[in-house]
Amino acid sequence: MPALRPESPEEVQEAVRAYPRLRARGGGTKPALSTPREGEALLDLSRLRGLLAYEPEEFVFTAFAGTPVAEVEEALRAHGQYLPFHPPLAGKGATLGGTVAAGLSGPLRHRFGGLRDFLLGVRFVDGEGRMVRGGGKVVKNAAGFPFHRLMVGSLGAFGVMVELSFKVFPRPRTTRTLRVRRENLEEALADLERLRLLPLDLLALDLVPPATLELRLGGFERSVEARLKRLQDLLGEGEVLAEDGAHWEGVRDLGFLEASPIWVKVPAKPHLIPRLEALPLGPRRYLDGGEVLYAGATEEGLKALKEAGLPHLVLRGAETPLFPEPQGAFFAGVKKALDPKGRFPLG
Amino acid sequence: MGFLEELKALLPGRVLTGEAELAPYESDALTAYRKRPLAVALPERKEEVLGAVRLCHQYGVPFVARGSGTSLSGGSLPVEGGVVIALNRMNRILRLDPKARIAVVEPGVVNLKVSQEAAPFGLYYAPDPSSQPISTLGGNVAFNSGGAHCLKYGMTANHVLGLEVVTPTGEVVRLGGESLEGVGPDLHGFFVGTEGLLGVAVEITLRLLPKPEAYHTVLAAYPSLEAAGEAVSRVIRAGLLPGAMEIMDRLSIEAAEKAVRAGYPPVEGLLIVELEGPKEEVAEEALVLEGVLRESGALELRVARDEAERQAIWKGRKAAFSAVGRLSPDYLVQDGVVPRSRLGEALREIQRLSREYGLRVANVFHAGDGNLHPLVLYDGKKPGELERAEALAGEILRLCVRLGGSLTGEHGIGVEKKGYMPEMFAPEDLLAMEEVKRALDSQGLANRGKVLPEVVRAGA
Ligand SMILES: Cc1cc2nc3c(=O)[nH]c(=O)nc-3n(C[C@@H](O)[C@H](O)C(O)COP(=O)(O)OP(=O)(O)OC[C@H]3O[C@@H](n4cnc5c(N)ncnc54)[C@H](O)[C@@H]3O)c2cc1C
Ligand SMILES: Cc1cc2nc3c(=O)[nH]c(=O)nc-3n(C[C@H](O)[C@H](O)[C@H](O)COP(=O)(O)OP(=O)(O)OC[C@H]3O[C@@H](n4cnc5c(N)ncnc54)[C@H](O)[C@@H]3O)c2cc1C
Repeated sequence: MPALRPESPEEVQEAVRAYPRLRARGGGTKPALSTPREGEALLDLSRLRGLLAYEPEEFVFTAFAGTPVAEVEEALRAHGQYLPFHPPLAGKGATLGGTVAAGLSGPLRHRFGGLRDFLLGVRFVDGEGRMVRGGGKVVKNAAGFPFHRLMVGSLGAFGVMVELSFKVFPRPRTTRTLRVRRENLEEALADLERLRLLPLDLLALDLVPPATLELRLGGFERSVEARLKRLQDLLGEGEVLAEDGAHWEGVRDLGFLEASPIWVKVPAKPHLIPRLEALPLGPRRYLDGGEVLYAGATEEGLKALKEAGLPHLVLRGAETPLFPEPQGAFFAGVKKALDPKGRFPLG
Repeated sequence: MGFLEELKALLPGRVLTGEAELAPYESDALTAYRKRPLAVALPERKEEVLGAVRLCHQYGVPFVARGSGTSLSGGSLPVEGGVVIALNRMNRILRLDPKARIAVVEPGVVNLKVSQEAAPFGLYYAPDPSSQPISTLGGNVAFNSGGAHCLKYGMTANHVLGLEVVTPTGEVVRLGGESLEGVGPDLHGFFVGTEGLLGVAVEITLRLLPKPEAYHTVLAAYPSLEAAGEAVSRVIRAGLLPGAMEIMDRLSIEAAEKAVRAGYPPVEGLLIVELEGPKEEVAEEALVLEGVLRESGALELRVARDEAERQAIWKGRKAAFSAVGRLSPDYLVQDGVVPRSRLGEALREIQRLSREYGLRVANVFHAGDGNLHPLVLYDGKKPGELERAEALAGEILRLCVRLGGSLTGEHGIGVEKKGYMPEMFAPEDLLAMEEVKRALDSQGLANRGKVLPEVVRAGA
């Protein structure tokens, strides 16, 4: 099968019409998702890149789907803004399209929400080769069926995204990170649950098993100092990372998974953590107050997740990335409408 | 047995068919449209909704789900010869789990009730449409309703984690879950905002947030609407992210004064800015905000010193719609969106249109996200005035789309705006919506005649 490298939305349409089965690849950071299977043509979107519009005052930008996240973030930084959902693997070449299709958010999602909360609009090529738009380019919009939200986590099942619009926010001026260690998981979880109920506006709240909590604060210098003090009164002195930027970049690039053959994302909740901790998983970290786990694993770990019936997504190292595969009349109907010939993954 | 007999057997004593009983269901808050349904069904459990939808499917009877009927776009307008499935009796909060920070509710639960029940745990449900004391979560989900805090916190879609839906063909599906993160396509996110065309939500899982520790609410008075709009841009350029920024014009200020005596100064433009967050952060932001507003040409600045003063500032804004209702026998509300930087231009053009059509237009809007709420005042008893009001409202919608915005920020398309959909969407976009609808509802029973303009089908 050839590798197709469209350079325009029209070339994506031509490619979709020409091949019975396709798989899009953004940067290829999630090879479990973007490696073509038997009989699939690879649609490499790395040439469909570039920022199309960015008006800092509107808090909105629009870019081609193949644009590397890192490129966008550089442009945002120049205007004191950022992508608050903190797309993972930015430092490894992840693209906007790949991030949306995989449905991934990083540690800073804790403050303002995840990918689904910042995606405003999409243009995508459906299974009939039609160019379809959903959502818009303004921060608030309720017109028409919200196809943009359908793209989140879709693994490209409904079409190839060519253009995406996102909401952005002002970047916190100063940040600090507090790391506290507890005796055991139970104690760490108790603190985690307590912190989740407090109006602290933390940028990040991670649990690193077995018993470490990492809290990141952002805002005005004086306020951050005062709030750090309050956190320490609550949790103890701990360890303060003043230059914490590199640390969190490492986390969002999933550096802690580097040595693991299989990378997996598992939706979680604090009450699920004891169950997850009993499974044979490798290096791992719970983000956003315990709402999501990124873990390294071996085949044994994957099997255990399946046996426990826990939904998950493999980012690298497995043939079938998604468990369970989407089912039910609703998914089937939407899939049939947008990809009637089954050109794209899933279903 | 025929359809009605079967429906009555399913819901004994809870199927309304008498003329007087049906009257309250003939329209929603867009009172210019009215239709008499065949019957109104009052289910009390989700199994009954399922049963009713299955009967409709079996007999080919169209149905419209209904919450409190506060839709401003004719979303819950009945279909002639169809059934209204009124969900107000399904008003239980099934589970409120503070540790998981979620609430699982039936669709007839009123928005404000969730925040009230969550308050003892220091939590709240963020989306706050002005109708929150009456509108239901089912209606909020269908319309992806907003409120005053959308720039920072998003709309209903961002706060719905999971749904149980009865599809138009009578199947039950679970979409999403309880976690803030999921895997696989965000089907629950997609359902929110589809205006009841793809099924009936029978159970909704909501995310709850910790209530902000501190607020700082400022009222700023300006000699012109544009100056108020410009102040909003200055706030944004200063790198602030307020929880809410709302603007009212002279007409709505006067109306609010008459209705609730909010104590607003009689000026051309009033801006409310509210900061919220940890007290130390709010204090720092307040300093920046004060500097920005001082330089923005404000005639007067009022800072709420306590919760009572804060509520007083909000009182007039929250009551604005109903207050404007007192100025005029009838009104139409539009809720188009423009890019924030085009607000001034949009408002000037609306004023011009108002003069051209000889109809008063009051403006109350969510300035932080460019969501306009022009209220077009008219008198339905005067021949031709409704038509003129509709034509004016239509011009405003086109204006919003032309400026790069949207037909609706939160009130939905309903019946009212479906004719304008081709202004915003290309035929292929509308066709894709139509195909999804057809795949899930081949008989077109769920909320027939809403959202999708007839021209698509004709052109397909
Ligand atoms: C020599 C070399 C070494 C590397 N080493 C590493 C390494 O050590 N660590 C590492 O993490 N990575 C490594 N990579 C991979 C990496 O850097 C990537 O290039 C890439 O990250 C970006 O992936 P992505 O996020 O765009 O998503 P992808 O992995 O490309 O795609 C994710 C999913 O999204 C779908 N998709 C993508 N775009 C679209 C779209 N527009 N529309 C619809 N569906 C879409 C895909 O089909 C797939 O399902 C290496 C690559 C090379 C060449
Ligand atoms: C004074 C006033 C102020 C308002 N302020 C705001 C505001 O600030 N922000 C805002 O966004 N809106 C506002 N609205 C509009 C309105 O309140 C919202 O659209 C609200 O969500 C409608 O809720 P409801 O329960 O009244 O729904 P209804 O009007 O009964 O129904 C609305 C739509 O939802 C569908 N529906 C209802 N329940 C379900 C269900 N369970 N499953 C599937 N579909 C369903 C109906 O078929 C219909 O299409 C306001 C309205 C009024 C009258």
